Amino acid sequence: MSYTPGNPVTRWIEYRLPIFGFVHHQLVDYPTPRNLNYWWNFGSLAGIALVIQIATGVVLAMHYSADSNLAFDSIQQIMRNVNYGWLLRYIHLNGSSMFFAVVYIHIFRGLYYGSYKTPRELLWWLGLIILLLMMATAFMGYVLPWGQLSYWAATVITNLFTAIPLVGDAITQWLWGGFVVGDPTLKRFFSLHYLLPFVIVGVVFVHLWALHVHKSNNPLGIDTKGPKDTLPFHPYYTVKDLAGLGVFLLIFAAIVFFAPEALVATINNEPANPLLTPPHIVPEWYFLAFYAILRAIPNKLLGVMAMFGSILILFALPWLDTSPVRSAKFRPIYKQVFWLLVIDAAVLTWVGANPPMGKFVLIGRLATAYYFLHLVVLMPLIGWFERPRPLPESITTPVLKEGAAAGGAS
Amino acid sequence: MAGTAPTVGHGGEDETRRDFLYLATGAVAVVGTAAAVWPLIDSMNPSADVLAASSTEVDLEPVALGQRITVVWRGKPIFIDHRPEAEIAKARAVDVASLRDPATDEQRAPRPEWLIVIGICTHLGCIPLGQKEGDPRGDWGGWFCPCHGSHYDTAARIRKGPAPKNLYLPPYAFKGKTVVKIG
Repeated sequence: MSYTPGNPVTRWIEYRLPIFGFVHHQLVDYPTPRNLNYWWNFGSLAGIALVIQIATGVVLAMHYSADSNLAFDSIQQIMRNVNYGWLLRYIHLNGSSMFFAVVYIHIFRGLYYGSYKTPRELLWWLGLIILLLMMATAFMGYVLPWGQLSYWAATVITNLFTAIPLVGDAITQWLWGGFVVGDPTLKRFFSLHYLLPFVIVGVVFVHLWALHVHKSNNPLGIDTKGPKDTLPFHPYYTVKDLAGLGVFLLIFAAIVFFAPEALVATINNEPANPLLTPPHIVPEWYFLAFYAILRAIPNKLLGVMAMFGSILILFALPWLDTSPVRSAKFRPIYKQVFWLLVIDAAVLTWVGANPPMGKFVLIGRLATAYYFLHLVVLMPLIGWFERPRPLPESITTPVLKEGAAAGGAS
Repeated sequence: MAGTAPTVGHGGEDETRRDFLYLATGAVAVVGTAAAVWPLIDSMNPSADVLAASSTEVDLEPVALGQRITVVWRGKPIFIDHRPEAEIAKARAVDVASLRDPATDEQRAPRPEWLIVIGICTHLGCIPLGQKEGDPRGDWGGWFCPCHGSHYDTAARIRKGPAPKNLYLPPYAFKGKTVVKIG
């Protein structure tokens, strides 16, 4: 399996730093299950979204001023005067939504096909750490334009820490660098908003490292047994990933060019006013479900704990799910219950977008209760009483048998 | 062999000595790292100029009866309410034990006609409405927070909604008849 480059210069480098061999093993002849479907595109799409965010972000930072008196105007400067500033900002702004959309699909794919199960628990954990880092980065990025929603989102979210008993106020003042959200807060958020994406890149590499130890899961959820079950990553999956990328970029471009402000609340085009809270504060769509969980619980501390708990509980998922079968394809009951969680997440998102009044209070509470019930009660129970359908011997066996049967019939 | 016996003895001594050195080095490293990290952490706390701008003087002379004004102290809005008799009476008629965050009106406003509170909702930090004419004042005629629906009464005590506490009182003292120093 050793790799010898043909070109003498490459060979000279390879002897001293085996980088070409590394790339060859990890990206070219890397054995990948041959039955991956299009749901397996979203990991590489997430990686590309991250690269797009970093590339546009680095350039935007060259024009942005992290000062509470200048921030809002510097955004206007980028939009009106900087060459292609509008394009870079709209890509960066909507890129965060694309990134989250792709990552959420990636997570639900993992949930459906049991990609978090042994031996991929750490892979799952690393993914959740990336999600938490993404949330922190996205939140701080949202504050930078210093519009009304930027300011009040920063206020509401940092105030979550006042719920901590005894030290809550001290921690919150430390986060602010003052007694309210202000200039020191903006400056540190900008610093961290620039830093965290590179931390994400680091964790992504560890995520890929863990992935490449036991390789990708697949729609059947069974281990690959030898070369019959796999294909080299290049050209088979590089091409499949590129096909998916084309669709991703089409949708992305459609938003950037035809509806760039569709996901932006108009009130954020007003400069921040620390003495006036806008009447209806909502976070970006990708946080709405968590916001709904926060508001579902009428106690401040418990609400904050439920919100953070809703993500932290996913770390325990490999042990909460007691079924030894990975793929929902062979789990007749889980296969249906899975969709209830998808619907639940959609309902929570819808509730989070609406004011906490009337029917939304009740629906929000029921949906929050179901979320935790699903993970803490249903996942372990279904694993116990469900009778999974028989698993195929290997990835290729059912295909070859069907092929043989069809051949015999003709 | 004769030579080995002392080395075994020495080895035992060496081990305790090494353990000690190991632990001592570790302890110094931990304390040293903590000492080096502290300036990084503390630099994020409010700076000297922010702390210095921490008192505000307000002349209450021009505030008419029934008028509410907002002043800024440490970047926070301070609500000053020149309360009419009716509002004071309403605030005093309440059974204190029934409140979420029990406090008498006398504790809230030592000079009953002047209620001075920090205008930041104790839930998640929004600014409650009620300072301007035409603002909703909630079910108890005080203030209403638009973010998550907390209602405060005419002594700015929490009566309904998710906020856990009454609006906080800033430290303040009256200087003479009409001037108040906040902070």
